[in-house]
Amino acid sequence: MATASAAFSAQTRSRPILPGFGLSLGFTLFYLSAIVLIPLAALLLRPWSLGWSGFRAVIEAPRVQAALELSFGSAAIAAAINGIFGLIVAWTLVRYRFPFKRLIDALVDLPFALPTAVAGIALSTLYAPKGWLGAPLAALGIKAAYTPLGVVIALTFIGLPFVVRTLEPVLSDLGLEAEEAAATLGASRAQTFLRVVLPALAPALITGTALAFARAVGEYGSVIFIAGNLPMVSEIAPLLIVIKLEQYDYAGAAAIGVVMLAASFAIVLALNAFQAFLERRR
Amino acid sequence: MSAARRRLRGPVEESPAARLLLIAVTIGFVGLFLLAPLANVFASALSEGRAMAFAAIGDPDALSANRLTLIVAAIAVPLNAIFGVSAAWAITKHDFPGKSILVSLIDLPFSVSPVISGLVYVLMFGLQGWLGPFLRAHDIKIIFALPGIVLATMFVTFPFVARELIPLMSDQGRTEEEAAVTLGASGWQVFSRVTLPNIKWGLLYGVLLCNARAMGEFGAVSVVSGHIRGLTNTMPLHVEVLYNDYQFVGAFAVASLLAMLAIVTLVLKTFLEWRYADEIAAQHRH
Repeated sequence: MATASAAFSAQTRSRPILPGFGLSLGFTLFYLSAIVLIPLAALLLRPWSLGWSGFRAVIEAPRVQAALELSFGSAAIAAAINGIFGLIVAWTLVRYRFPFKRLIDALVDLPFALPTAVAGIALSTLYAPKGWLGAPLAALGIKAAYTPLGVVIALTFIGLPFVVRTLEPVLSDLGLEAEEAAATLGASRAQTFLRVVLPALAPALITGTALAFARAVGEYGSVIFIAGNLPMVSEIAPLLIVIKLEQYDYAGAAAIGVVMLAASFAIVLALNAFQAFLERRR
Repeated sequence: MSAARRRLRGPVEESPAARLLLIAVTIGFVGLFLLAPLANVFASALSEGRAMAFAAIGDPDALSANRLTLIVAAIAVPLNAIFGVSAAWAITKHDFPGKSILVSLIDLPFSVSPVISGLVYVLMFGLQGWLGPFLRAHDIKIIFALPGIVLATMFVTFPFVARELIPLMSDQGRTEEEAAVTLGASGWQVFSRVTLPNIKWGLLYGVLLCNARAMGEFGAVSVVSGHIRGLTNTMPLHVEVLYNDYQFVGAFAVASLLAMLAIVTLVLKTFLEWRYADEIAAQHRH
């Protein structure tokens, strides 16, 4: 054992050390601090000029509470819709062959590539009472644009690729052996899916849905056009930050910003802990 | 239909009806939620004839918005590319404590709302920000001017290249570089002759996505720009101004330029995934 570790350390010592460590790490840390960390520190420190009670007064104002509830609530609904339909899209893209498959596959990334303002005005026009999709919905008595439903539609648009792209690699790596074994043992296809396939996909499905949720909570450009932005009804939290900034209420804007930042960090940390838990179980 | 194709259903296949239903749901969902908005952009731009659309694109305010968008991307994208290569080099070719924390910090801007990405710079450089009084005394404009727009864009697109290169270079390992060092190559020679040829397609992939986001960013830029027409409006902001002015054809005409940028990006991205699958990060290989 001792000789083995000595041999190992001799081997690592004989490996040449690659150049450029100081320069590349130094530049990385400098750039990271200048562009990301120091500006974020400015955000974290700002609201406390109001004091704790002032901070709470900003957050507990009814209009802010309504905006936070709308942002988080509609993001959760959109993430759930994407969880279901994202699974179906990923499944058909990986397992089936059908016409226009390549086109559909490329289109899934559209929300990543299309500027959010373009998506926003397009969705708004599409679901307006006289739009391509708004008119049939209006005939059914459903108002989509300028309501919370419009917010959910925009957030569904923005979140779909997160679920599909997280599921696809896991689904293609999933061998058929377990499913064949289940079928051999007499399980129906539905039973196999629910008790063999779904548990194997669950981690990726949860991760993808959480990523879609995190993105949707902070989304701005694609939402503000279709939302109508009625205070207390269809006004999202990021818009309220913009409104407070326009009134030069920096501390109030920062207070809402800190709450949203804390929520997104909580999601990221929970996801990392979840991944680490899965690694350990493996 | 030949007899060979009319075989029995395999044990791990869905019934044809279930298959058909799932495919129909996929095409329907993607068509309704993704294709319809894209088609709507072009249809709305052309709804009152091509002349109106081209007039909106040729408008001086639109041209200055185009120019600003190109300038911002030309500054932000190369800087983030250099950062991405540098960070990936430090992280994948060397060992040091705290590496996983550094990787998480680099990913941070992805989990921050675009509005907050702009807000942080207003809190630093705005009139009532940390450095506001100093900047005002020296007559330096950052917020409501080009530097603020560039900074907000850099924040939003910060992780794109690094995130592409770190898994790729980590998969490639260090042996080729170590061999080059042993043979007496200098640091720059190792990078330009050994590493760069190995990562060029991955780098291009990251730059492509970084550029698409940089040119299309709306929320962060809208917070720091001040919406001064002809001066601090980027293309996405110009779309918003026209739309809120009820100039729908103009808004969609400029929007269709951005939509074409998105389509070109997707086509190039799909091409890189298909042609250079082994030379980009594993998570993108279909």
